[in-house]
Amino acid sequence: MQLHGWGRFPGVTAELLEPPTRESIQKLFGTKKKHGPMIARGAGRSYGDSSLADTVLSSRFLDSFLEFNATTGIIKCGAGVSMGALLTVIIPEGFFAPVLPGTKFVSIGGAIAADIHGKNHHTDGSFCDHVRSFSLLLSSGEIIQCSRDENRDAFLATCGGMGLTGIIINATISLHKVSSVFIKRNSIVAKDLDDCMDLIDQNEDSKHSFAWLDCLARGKSLGRSILHLADHCADGPQQPKSRVSLSVPFGTPRFFLNRLSNKLFNNAIYEMWKHRKNPSIVNYDSYFFPLDNIRNWNRLYGSKGFLQYQFVMPSSSAREGIREILKIVSESSTGSFISVLKKFGNANQNLLSFPTAGYTLALDFKNEPSVFPLLSKLDEVLLAHGGRLYLAKDSRMSEDVFKAAYPNWERFVEIKKTLDPSNTFVSHQSMRLGLTQ
Amino acid sequence: MKILIIGATSAIAKASARLYAARKAQLFLIARNEELLIELKEDLMIRGAHSVAYYVLDLSNQKNHGEALEQARQSLEEIDIALLCHGSLPDQETCENDYNRAKEEINVNGLSIISLCTELSKVFKAQQSGVLAAITSVAGDRGRQPNFIYGAAKSMVSTYLQGLRGKLLAHKVHVIDIKPGLVDSPMTSKFDKGLLWSTPELVANRIVRGIDRKNHTVYVPGYWRIIMATVCLIPEFIFKRLKI
Ligand SMILES: Cc1cc2nc3c(=O)[nH]c(=O)nc-3n(C[C@H](O)[C@H](O)[C@H](O)COP(=O)(O)OP(=O)(O)OC[C@H]3O[C@@H](n4cnc5c(N)ncnc54)[C@H](O)[C@@H]3O)c2cc1C
Ligand SMILES: NC(=O)c1ccc[n+]([C@@H]2O[C@H](COP(=O)([O-])OP(=O)(O)OC[C@H]3O[C@@H](n4cnc5c(N)ncnc54)[C@H](OP(=O)(O)O)[C@@H]3O)[C@@H](O)[C@H]2O)c1
Repeated sequence: MQLHGWGRFPGVTAELLEPPTRESIQKLFGTKKKHGPMIARGAGRSYGDSSLADTVLSSRFLDSFLEFNATTGIIKCGAGVSMGALLTVIIPEGFFAPVLPGTKFVSIGGAIAADIHGKNHHTDGSFCDHVRSFSLLLSSGEIIQCSRDENRDAFLATCGGMGLTGIIINATISLHKVSSVFIKRNSIVAKDLDDCMDLIDQNEDSKHSFAWLDCLARGKSLGRSILHLADHCADGPQQPKSRVSLSVPFGTPRFFLNRLSNKLFNNAIYEMWKHRKNPSIVNYDSYFFPLDNIRNWNRLYGSKGFLQYQFVMPSSSAREGIREILKIVSESSTGSFISVLKKFGNANQNLLSFPTAGYTLALDFKNEPSVFPLLSKLDEVLLAHGGRLYLAKDSRMSEDVFKAAYPNWERFVEIKKTLDPSNTFVSHQSMRLGLTQ
Repeated sequence: MKILIIGATSAIAKASARLYAARKAQLFLIARNEELLIELKEDLMIRGAHSVAYYVLDLSNQKNHGEALEQARQSLEEIDIALLCHGSLPDQETCENDYNRAKEEINVNGLSIISLCTELSKVFKAQQSGVLAAITSVAGDRGRQPNFIYGAAKSMVSTYLQGLRGKLLAHKVHVIDIKPGLVDSPMTSKFDKGLLWSTPELVANRIVRGIDRKNHTVYVPGYWRIIMATVCLIPEFIFKRLKI
């Protein structure tokens, strides 16, 4: 069948396996192995080809909760459980996910494999920092327990390892206790990039922080943005209200998102926020998942899909580097029109995890031929400033750029060889990046 | 709310059980795989169920139906809703050429449900209340070449439920026939999925809604009512030539 990631590019023909139980997944491996190289797939919310291969193994039926201690806030669940389902179960008990991405439709397995970050990376680190342990099915058919103490190498390689070490079957996660699921949000308008970064630096105490950046602004207002700071309310109801959701039923014509519509949109947003009162109290889902109630918004980019370019640059070079990148993008005819800027805290020890101390920027590009040379140009600027790209968003980075930016790749390959000597776990991405043959 | 789910480890049943768990229901599950039942029990408790008990049974063996339902009745004390979900999608060719295989499939998809309904009717009549809901299929609406053994079993159940609905009316017992169209579940893992396919979660949602509203026949999603009405309108001299 045809499969693609969230960016709808690239699309591939693949055999999709959806074993209904853990046992039936295990039977696919070891001596009875019938299938060739394959990769795990959770909710398919990575943008590019991370969860694409000739054979794709879905975790969709590993969707059970296994243990929940509502006193300690430790939960064990199958890798196919979605972040949304997790929230539904834990919120009534006064807990919250330690790290949330920009959509609740990711799976726990995908969250571990990409070691996802949230708007609180500067305060709480990334998702795997809250993962106590998980069980990993190896290509031998054996299931091993991994934690910081047990099979440590496998733990460090699997967290952020994009499914290349094995199939995560279930995981045990430490939750955060929260006073309320309502969020007190302060939204501050920044007139340019320096202003925005200063404001981010000055507000590091806020638990959650990110900025919407207008990529079409040029010259003096290059990098004008709205910084959204947030903390949980001190008290208040634990139950969120449900929201109405809309859906984009099919791919819109490619001209739907064009420069003029984007410019009008950005100006409108900017004006709107300028006049908003602070602070405002909002449901957690409208702060964390602003796009989730427009189902399939990825179809807005047309049938050829889109690419996301998310990078991080160390604090020392970020101001200069990001300015350069924004300049190139705003002058190109193929601009991203909105992007998200946020500050990361320190890196963890996982071998391929994306976050490192510095600033991260995510830019969306409609898939058109001119985008590829543009992004290669951005890669050069990125490397020159000591930055790297996020694997969960990548669909086109070259092997050289990857290896230059992820110095631990060799150690990762060594560990992968011991865990997966038959080289069973292979994605289109891992082949492109030279992580597997 | 006290709910009995039979064939509880099916994808659609699981999704339905989770919706009832979120409503803090008391659940009793019957299915044949104990390991999966243990896991489902824990999952439903975490999702909010008030209590969960189960009974392990291969449903093709009618002999034990009475015993299983007695356990359910004792555990729940009163049954508000019984939802029958088990089923099997056989290989049509095999069944056409081997009567014993056909009989087994008709037993699982048809007779086993009738046996359970017979016993459940007694329980519900004694209670003078309850909802009996069974999942049949749009495949029962007209015998089609690719799956008429399965279809015949499902239509047997649908016809049976229609009659039973009338019989139980006087006892304040409501009977619902749920007819899903194409559902992306383990049963159909080998099919290529397209536009007309729904998820087990969506089907579960409609089942629970249909039960809440006390509908009679629930097509899931609703457009299958129109599709099947159209299919039924095709004149036989044309239909017999169609391989759909
Ligand atoms: C709207 C939107 C907003 C986002 N915002 C953020 C954000 O703020 N921060 C962030 O970090 N990311 C963000 N992401 C990216 C997303 O969090 C990651 O791509 C995540 O990995 C998606 O999880 P998934 O279950 O969809 O995984 P998939 O896309 O299905 O797979 C992603 C990777 O995980 C591996 N994998 C999945 N399941 C398993 C398993 N059981 N065992 C082993 N490997 C497995 C796959 O092999 C693949 O390499 C966003 C994505 C979208 C669409
Ligand atoms: N999927 C569709 O497209 C579709 C369409 C219309 C109607 N339906 C009906 O919907 C219902 C649920 O199916 P599903 O889609 O959720 O598929 P499923 O997940 O494959 O469920 C089928 C269930 O039936 C159980 N079962 C089969 N034979 C049994 C037996 N002898 N004893 C006990 N349990 C038995 C199976 O148990 P094990 O797990 O132990 O094998 C399985 O849990 C079925 O009645 C099906 O006919 C499905």
